[in-house]
Amino acid sequence: MTQTRTIKISPITRIEGHAAIAIELDETGNVADSRVHFQAIRGFEKFVEGKPAEELPRIVTRICGICPWHHHLASNKAVDRCFGVTPPPAGQQLRELIHSIAHAEDKLLHFFFLAAADFVIGPDADYAVRNVIGVAKANPDLAKKVVQMRYKAKMMIEKFAGKAIHPVAAVTGGFAKAMTEEDRKWMLAEMREIYDFARFTMDFAKKDIFPKYMDAIASLGVINTGFIGTVDDHGALNLYDGKIRLMKSDGAYTDFDPGNYTDYIGEHVPSWSYGKFPYARFWNEGFSLDLEHPKGVYRSNTLARINVADHMATPAAQEELEEFRQAFGRPAQATLLYHYARLIEEVYACEHAIEMLEDPDITGSDVRAPVEPKAGRGVGCVEAPRGTLIHDYSTDENGMITRANMIVGTTHNLGPINMSVDQAARSLIRDGHVDEGILNKVEMAVRAYDP
Amino acid sequence: MTAKVASDWLNSCSGCEIAVVDLGERLLTVLDLVEFVHIPALMDHKYYGQMGDGEHLTFPEADLGIISGGIKNEEHLEVAGEMRKKCKAIIAMGTCATHGGIPALANSWSTRELMDRYYSTETTDACDGFPHEGLPPVLDRVYALDEKIDVDIYLPGCPPHPDQVFAALSAFLEGKTPELPTKSVCDTCPTIREGKGKVGELRRFLQAPQYKTADEPLDQMRCLLEQGLLCMGPVTRAGCGGDGVVPRCISARVPCRGCYGPVHPRGNQRMDMLNALASNGISVASLPESVSMLRFSGGHGMLNPARR
Repeated sequence: MTQTRTIKISPITRIEGHAAIAIELDETGNVADSRVHFQAIRGFEKFVEGKPAEELPRIVTRICGICPWHHHLASNKAVDRCFGVTPPPAGQQLRELIHSIAHAEDKLLHFFFLAAADFVIGPDADYAVRNVIGVAKANPDLAKKVVQMRYKAKMMIEKFAGKAIHPVAAVTGGFAKAMTEEDRKWMLAEMREIYDFARFTMDFAKKDIFPKYMDAIASLGVINTGFIGTVDDHGALNLYDGKIRLMKSDGAYTDFDPGNYTDYIGEHVPSWSYGKFPYARFWNEGFSLDLEHPKGVYRSNTLARINVADHMATPAAQEELEEFRQAFGRPAQATLLYHYARLIEEVYACEHAIEMLEDPDITGSDVRAPVEPKAGRGVGCVEAPRGTLIHDYSTDENGMITRANMIVGTTHNLGPINMSVDQAARSLIRDGHVDEGILNKVEMAVRAYDP
Repeated sequence: MTAKVASDWLNSCSGCEIAVVDLGERLLTVLDLVEFVHIPALMDHKYYGQMGDGEHLTFPEADLGIISGGIKNEEHLEVAGEMRKKCKAIIAMGTCATHGGIPALANSWSTRELMDRYYSTETTDACDGFPHEGLPPVLDRVYALDEKIDVDIYLPGCPPHPDQVFAALSAFLEGKTPELPTKSVCDTCPTIREGKGKVGELRRFLQAPQYKTADEPLDQMRCLLEQGLLCMGPVTRAGCGGDGVVPRCISARVPCRGCYGPVHPRGNQRMDMLNALASNGISVASLPESVSMLRFSGGHGMLNPARR
């Protein structure tokens, strides 16, 4: 090697957004710098201005077609607060139920459709077979089961709530329709089947996948950061509601009400990414992605939530968490453990949906409180699959949006993804030696975050 | 013989791709019949070669190119152009590709105004200038696909129903032109319509429509527009219910907002709706605003920055 060069991994594939990696090699063929360019900028914060607030939950869904329910619900919570309305209990329960089912469906999608190929087919395999199509050809029975289970979850939502992708059924003041006893029964039966599959997937991964990749788990994309997630009053992981817990890398944490998020979170503007990098403003240490001494950096999504929670609120998930902590400690930092944590959350999301469907009160007919538009401010927060999701709106006296700020789940991880890519590139690319398998492993460090 | 298919997503949310995954077991049938040569959501084919050392963005040749999303930056433009060059036919999948979709609401503002707000929110640190290093420059507006390249097949919907995605793909593989619904959402809506003149004003969707119980069939509920709720059904292309036909939002007792775009491909959902309201004696002044009527179809120059 006598000259510098740049390797462009574009686009990063089997992720859910638009991004590219640029790795600069110096004249010795070692990594001088690497950057992840997040390319989407659409301007939702601006273009929702002047719209009737109650319409926002049907607009902001298009921020993400993979987690539209989570945007829909965070947005509804924010609008409820602008207008000062509290949904009746059954309305709240229906929102939380679909939230849980949508989580369960999303994790199956990521694990099997996007991530599995790297582990089942192998990180160095030819790209023509290193994908879900290759996985399906090698394991036709499993593939059939996976598409059936995901379809079941999506059709449950579509049959009950109308649209599964870009939903409309949560409305200001509650939910658009009540659940009948008949709905409750068939959905409960379907959910139990999905739960069984979640348990199967967890066991399959613990037996046939993770043990083969222990070396990669211990090294690939490993960085040292803090974490963010939502917990209930008892410190249990809660995906739908609660207080936000911000944990430092040493495990010390602070809990805060989502309404006060601006005191805790800041967003750094990098020169190379349209996507901003959120960081812990509350720690008062500034922002740096330095691998040895990061500043203000925390992570979101499954591993983060599993780390910040004291325990899981459901029995099977709690057992899994105990086994996980026994093996990897708290907080666990290894990036590929996001996959493991994702499957624990999958078990939890199914258990929680079943619990909710077992409660006959969910069929209450009072699902929506009447509401008047007014001036106000509202912050709505849920855990989206990819992290703590915040919608913050202000309205005028006619209930029209005057200001909006949104912090989207995945964005918390944009800084950390840069760090993991840099770590992976530096440890894998040495003295000019680089091949397709190595470049795919660099991408695996991104895929773990499911951005 | 299997057909070669290339697919990419531009200024989009990936909901269309999820609609494809939501085919259920039909997805496995599709995977047997087509050979994907490029699909970043599922497969690791790269624009600049697998080692990332190519000079130019390059696609393999394909029988069919499926594009979701509108065009918002230079890279979208390059991808769309390259796909047009390498694919025998192009499907514009989803309302962003056919009409601009929700992201084209941005067309009411200049790029500068959008960026100013995004990079100055209450959580954002002060910065000198907007990000640009290694990033595709943003265009002046969001374009529907056919404003920049020729499109052969239009598959609107936000997202298109999986049943229609499957029907369109099956038809293409059989060498036929997919037949998609051409009626309006109202034409496929089972609710009861009694006719003009009963409603003078519209109210915002802040309380539930009238119907008896959760299990009352939809064909016993009064039309939501006739109940005084804005419903875009009259000016919106049918099809959202897929093979089940019943419009999806109506089945949740929620009015339509127009996600399949205009009934006639070049229609203007806002003008058409305002005309429909006026001709039925409904006061247009009772609406808080009407820009949102173009929330799915702001491409093709329908939405523009106000003169400020």
